[in-house]
This record gives sequence, C-alpha cells and structure tokens, in this order.
Amino acid sequence: MIISWLANPDRFSKVFAPVRPWVAGLSLVLFAWGLYLCFVSPEDYQQGDTVRIMYIHVPAAWMALFTYLVMGVASFFGLIFRHALADAAAKAAAPIGAVFTALALITGSLWGKPMWGTWWEWDGRMTSVLVLFLFYIGYIALHASIEDEQRAAKSTAILALIGLINLPIIKFSVDWWNTLHQGASVFRADGPTVAPSMLWPLLVMALAYKALFVWLWLIRIDTEILSRKYNGLRARLGFREGGV
Amino acid sequence: MTTPSPSLALLKRDLGLSLARGGGPVLAAGFYLTLMAMVPLSLGPEAQTLSKIAPGLTWLCLALASLLSLERLFERDYEDGVFDLLRTGPLALEWVAFLKCLAQWLGTGLILSLMTPVVMILLGAPVGLAGWALVAALIGSFSFALIGGAGASLTLGSRKGGVLIALLVLPFYVPPVIFGAGLMQAFVTGAPVFQALSLLCAYGLFALALGPIAMGAALRSALN
Repeated sequence: MIISWLANPDRFSKVFAPVRPWVAGLSLVLFAWGLYLCFVSPEDYQQGDTVRIMYIHVPAAWMALFTYLVMGVASFFGLIFRHALADAAAKAAAPIGAVFTALALITGSLWGKPMWGTWWEWDGRMTSVLVLFLFYIGYIALHASIEDEQRAAKSTAILALIGLINLPIIKFSVDWWNTLHQGASVFRADGPTVAPSMLWPLLVMALAYKALFVWLWLIRIDTEILSRKYNGLRARLGFREGGV
Repeated sequence: MTTPSPSLALLKRDLGLSLARGGGPVLAAGFYLTLMAMVPLSLGPEAQTLSKIAPGLTWLCLALASLLSLERLFERDYEDGVFDLLRTGPLALEWVAFLKCLAQWLGTGLILSLMTPVVMILLGAPVGLAGWALVAALIGSFSFALIGGAGASLTLGSRKGGVLIALLVLPFYVPPVIFGAGLMQAFVTGAPVFQALSLLCAYGLFALALGPIAMGAALRSALN
C-alpha cells in the first residue's frame, strides 16, 4: 500500500527531501561516536594499535556485499514490475557499492601489511571481493555504454541478477581453489571471538556506514529522478522546435 | 519430402556463419596458439616451471580465446533485422539464442577444446592428462559459450562492444577456470577427479539454465 503510494518518483522526492538531512545528521553523529570509540577501545594484545583499522575495514566489507544485494533487489523490481524508480534505485546504488568495495580492499591491504607482512595475498576472501569489485565496474560500464535509459536499465538489471546468483558460486569456488592450492589461510576472520570492548565500536561504525549509504543513496536517486525529468523535457522541447 | 525443422535450419545457417564469422575457428585457433607461444617467451622455457603451470595456463588461454567472436554473435543479425524476423517466427527467442550459442560453440569452442590437450602437452603437462583435458575443455567451453552469449546479448546496441563484453564476461568465467584447472591438478596429484568434474558440470548446467533466459530477456529489450 504505502510502497505503491511512494513509487511515484515525484512523490518519492517530496517525501524524502525533508528526511535526508536527518539521515545525514544521524550518520555524522554515529561516525563521531564510532570513531571516538575506536580510539578509546583497548589495543589488541597481538595487533596493538593496528586493530583499529578493523573498525573502518569490516563495515566497509559488509556494506560492499549489502549494497550489491540492494542493487539486486532493486533490479528485480525494476525488471519484473517495470518500475522507473526501482531502476533509478539500482543505478544509484552501484557507484556507492563500488567505493565501499574499493575501501574494503584498500583498508584490508593497509591492515595486511603490518599483520601478515604482505599487501596482498590471493586468498579466497580477497579474491572474491576483488571479483565483486569487477562486477560493480562491469555494471557501471554497461550502464554508461547504452544511450537509451530504459534499455540500459533493463540490461544492467539482468546483469545484476545473474551476478547476484553467481556471487556465491564465485565465492565458493575461489575458497575451494584456495584450499586446493595453499591449504587453509593463516588468517581466518572466524578466529578469536571478539571482545565486547571491540564489538561496540564495530557495531556503531557499521550503523554509521549504513546511515551514510542511505543518505548518499537517497541523494543519488533524487538526482536520477531530476535528470530523467530534465532529459524528458529537453526531448519534448527539441521535438517541438523540430530542426529550427 | 518433409520440410526441415526451423530449429535445424537456423542451426545450419548459424553454423555456416560461425565458421565464417571473422575467420571463425581459424582465427580462434591461431589466437589460442599465439597465446600458448607467448607463455614460454614470457616465463622462460624451463620445463619444470612450465609443466607445473601448464594445465592452469591452458585454461586461462581457453577462456580468453572463447571471448574472441562473441562480439559478432548477435550483432550482425540485430543490425540487419534478422532478429525481427526470427521474433515473429515459430521459435522462442530463448531457444533461438541457445541455438546461436550452440552453433558458435560447434564452430569455435569445439575446435578449441580439441586443441586443449595438445596445447597442454606442448607446455609440458603429462600425456596421460589428455583424456580428462579434452572432457573438461568440452564442458568448460560450452559454459563459456552460453555465459559469453549472455554477455554479448546485454551489450547489444552499445557502442563499446568488444572490450565491454570481456569486462562483463570474464568474472563469470572464474568458476569454470578454477574447476577445470582443479580437475587437471587433481589428476596430476592422483586425487579423485570426481569433485572437480561434478562442479564443472554443475556450472555448465547453471549456464545452460540461466543463459538462454537472460539472452531472451536481453534480446527482447534490445528489439523494442
């Protein structure tokens, strides 16, 4: 009921315009709180101060996957119900997800150097996140290469959905290849259970990232709606002036 | 005299096209062999090094060679309106797309698969590997053809065909490359090959189930 009422792009813009500053504020407050907690949380007995990278890195990795899921779900609605707003939502999420994924890769690399003595290791987890990054890049490139907005939306929706199904397959196959070639990795994320003193900042940071994503996503959806309107108007005017 | 079935007619026509398309199999085979020749040139000719990585590298070359003629797979028929005709014909677009991929595979993938054991052995893999190498390459190249077809159909009407297809499709080629190379590895180390083989077949079935559906949807969207 409420969903179909909100599905009108104009109405969506109107309803969410006043919400956006609040989401931005929430994100800022959470970041301030989360970062403060990061600095006052205890050092790790093995990793020392470098453990603080975790609070930036782990939520980014979570968001990398979460955003792809959002993109997939939006694509599904765009494809099945032919809804312009869902198309816009999927398109708007892609670059944000790509940046989260890049952030996860970069911070992971920075964390890896002091911890494992290497910037990069071709282990299952890292390789599959790199492939996820390529998915995002492919999606953005395909969208950019098709002029017609509706056709681009459709093609990229199909791609996102195949990618959604393929992602676990890739993850699994890469893990499997890893055990085949090098034995289990030295560093498993499911190692020691995390102490509460570290869990708190992690959770707050994760919520901060989520709020940041929602804020950026709303802005991008709005921009998308406006640019479509603009293109539509231009096309109409051009049609009227017809070769003047 | 019975009239030939439309599916068979289309397959015949596309097989002819696939054999002629951009040099078709000759081009793909040439590319495959050139890649193979680059391997010892770039890594040095030590037999020990080469034989260790031969199976995996051969799979990489096979994946790259499978990309070659994807760009023209649907484009020609899309541009000259054959698809508009096919659409009004008796065959579902999904089936048409599948037949086109099949023709493409018979024209190039099959040839590349037949070459795979030879390439592998030339690079120093054990001769006993030939049988499994052929079987794995046949299944792998078939999934490459279908997934590649899906990529090709998605880029219809965009102006950056070739490179874009490679960017979209290669990440999807990851699992068959891993499973195919894993099968070779299992054979060399004497481990049971069943796991890798069944995974490779499973991915082939995944491509077979999803590929035509994705292609059908993409073609319909391109034709509107």
